[in-house]
Amino acid sequence: MKTLKFLSLAGLALIFSGSVLMTTGCGSGAGSKSDSSANKSGDDNSILGAGSSFDNPLFSKMFSEYNKNTGLIINYQSIGSGGGIKGLTDKTVDFGASDAVLSDDQAKTMGVPVIHVPVTAGAVVLSYNLPEVKDTLNLSPDVLAGIFMGTITKWNDARIAAINKGVKLPATDIQVVHRADASGTSNIFTTYLTKVNKDWETKVGKGSSVSWPVGLGGKGNEGVAGTVKQTPGAIGYIELAFAIQNNMPFAKMQNKAGNFITPSIASVTAAANIQIPDDAKVSLTNTDAADGYPISGLSWVLIYKEQKYNNRSADRAAKMVKLIQWMIHDGQQYGTPLFYAPLSQNAVNVGDALLKTVTYDGKPVLQ
Amino acid sequence: MPFGRAGILFILQSVSMKPEKRKSYSYRQIHTERFFKGSLVFISASILLVVLAIMFTLIVQSTPSLRSLGVGYLWGKTWDPVRDIYGALPFMLGTLLTSFLALIISIPFSFAVAIFLGEYFPEGWFSNFLKNAIELIAAVPSVIYGFWGLAVLVPMVRSLESAMGVSPVGYGIFSSALILAVMIIPYAASLGRSMIQMVPSALKEGAYSLGATRYEVIKSVILPYTKSGLLAGVLLSLGRALGETMAVTMVIGNTPLMPKNIFSTGNTMASVIANELGEADKVVYNSALIELGLVLFLVTVVINMVGKKIISRFTEE
Repeated sequence: MKTLKFLSLAGLALIFSGSVLMTTGCGSGAGSKSDSSANKSGDDNSILGAGSSFDNPLFSKMFSEYNKNTGLIINYQSIGSGGGIKGLTDKTVDFGASDAVLSDDQAKTMGVPVIHVPVTAGAVVLSYNLPEVKDTLNLSPDVLAGIFMGTITKWNDARIAAINKGVKLPATDIQVVHRADASGTSNIFTTYLTKVNKDWETKVGKGSSVSWPVGLGGKGNEGVAGTVKQTPGAIGYIELAFAIQNNMPFAKMQNKAGNFITPSIASVTAAANIQIPDDAKVSLTNTDAADGYPISGLSWVLIYKEQKYNNRSADRAAKMVKLIQWMIHDGQQYGTPLFYAPLSQNAVNVGDALLKTVTYDGKPVLQ
Repeated sequence: MPFGRAGILFILQSVSMKPEKRKSYSYRQIHTERFFKGSLVFISASILLVVLAIMFTLIVQSTPSLRSLGVGYLWGKTWDPVRDIYGALPFMLGTLLTSFLALIISIPFSFAVAIFLGEYFPEGWFSNFLKNAIELIAAVPSVIYGFWGLAVLVPMVRSLESAMGVSPVGYGIFSSALILAVMIIPYAASLGRSMIQMVPSALKEGAYSLGATRYEVIKSVILPYTKSGLLAGVLLSLGRALGETMAVTMVIGNTPLMPKNIFSTGNTMASVIANELGEADKVVYNSALIELGLVLFLVTVVINMVGKKIISRFTEE
């Protein structure tokens, strides 16, 4: 009797899951464009966003503050930059957030113009596990590339010693740690290496996941940080905010001007204090700024330039553009306590100009 | 369950029979029977449908990669999303190495537990406790195993490696196999235990009365009698090991390179999919990952079929 009861329960469960499968299957097959929740004109008091997990802590704070002021509900899904771009392409979200600009392929898939509004800047730092070394390590672009290419394998290598005079380096093996999952952090890091090292450019290249020549992968910032903390002789790249919050040692990087720069909110903001092009699509890596940290990157909010699509209301478009405008002005104050670098004045000006170009049915959304 | 089958049979007969016969069942009873049979058919068919639908989706979605990469995908050694070159061999090797190594490590434990609980101590508080503990092993979420592996096993393997003179990383195929071995013990152990308990006592008593020792009874009566069940448990364990994702990804090192030995880092098919699918923005990349899922699916099917063949060959005699 017991088995019979169990069987009928299991059967019921199957029927339910089956019917759910069928309905969702039909939904995505037939009406994904018109059916998605972002476009229901009935609920204009909530905005949907998705993308960069790097932005998530900052966005959570910003959106909860904005909600207190205006009552607008912003639902942000931290699914990674690529996921945000996919969501925007499928028009299932109002805005995407990404640590990388759209690639040519992605822009082509979108078909219509998308604008990139810079919202914050972050840095990728090199954290290491060398209990014997009390001083902060210096790294140069070539040494960094050598370590991640596997051509420098010992910590007491002459090339490392040459830029760390007076530091007693141990003879331990270097254990390289990289991200196992695809991520914007890897993208910033590999973009930097591609810019500064020919060898890296031809053999590995840049992307959110690449074919790493050496090392082991950790999942997420916490995975890399955990592996570095645990493995003697390890070096890995993580986000600045994460390294500071976890009290991890990180190296000074030599920038384009030849200075060794400690990563900090100030040096990242300095890195962003360069001429920003009108479309804001600029990589801050290997910045020209003399006091800028070289492995920095902007993070962008991506929206369609023409906001009238899929029965979106003008009201919804206006609310979203105002939200983004608030994010690059008043919202910036929430960055520093969370170790995000505030935008430089240049970047804010470019963002303002970009938001003015957003239209609804051909008319500008912001007056 | 015999009631259900008899009932259905009866309805089938009664429909074709004369009206007087039908009177013995009310309309309501017949209706219930029909409904019951109908829902059984529906449920069984929907399971089949789900499996076929999964297969179909995998094939359709991996078409772009099948087209642009061809069969070379299966033995390609490079996985480079930047240059759009994808080869599944390192991950296939990773999956097979970790799973079979785990199986080899776990078999002595699961068989020992099965014999102990099935034959030596089938009852009593201690065996109940042990039985529950084994079942608990299966119930613990895999991320917890991963975490334990990260915190405890990896440092232990690291010191073993430095003692052996291998590069002391700690992460890698060996650590993953150890974690997997622990995770799959309950499958073979539980099935083996219930099989051993089902050995007719007449057989065992016969052997004892002929002067056999306990070990001899186990060796020449119980094990031959339960062979198919024990092997089926092993197959179940293997299936679990092949698909395990979270615990493995946390300790295997996630490198897209060919593993050189069992201490080197590597990656498995399931773990690559989990790590990379979220941000696979290129058409071929996305499709290559789905094809990896298809390969995993097929590997599982093939291993299952081969396993069943082996079981039937072993039990036919």
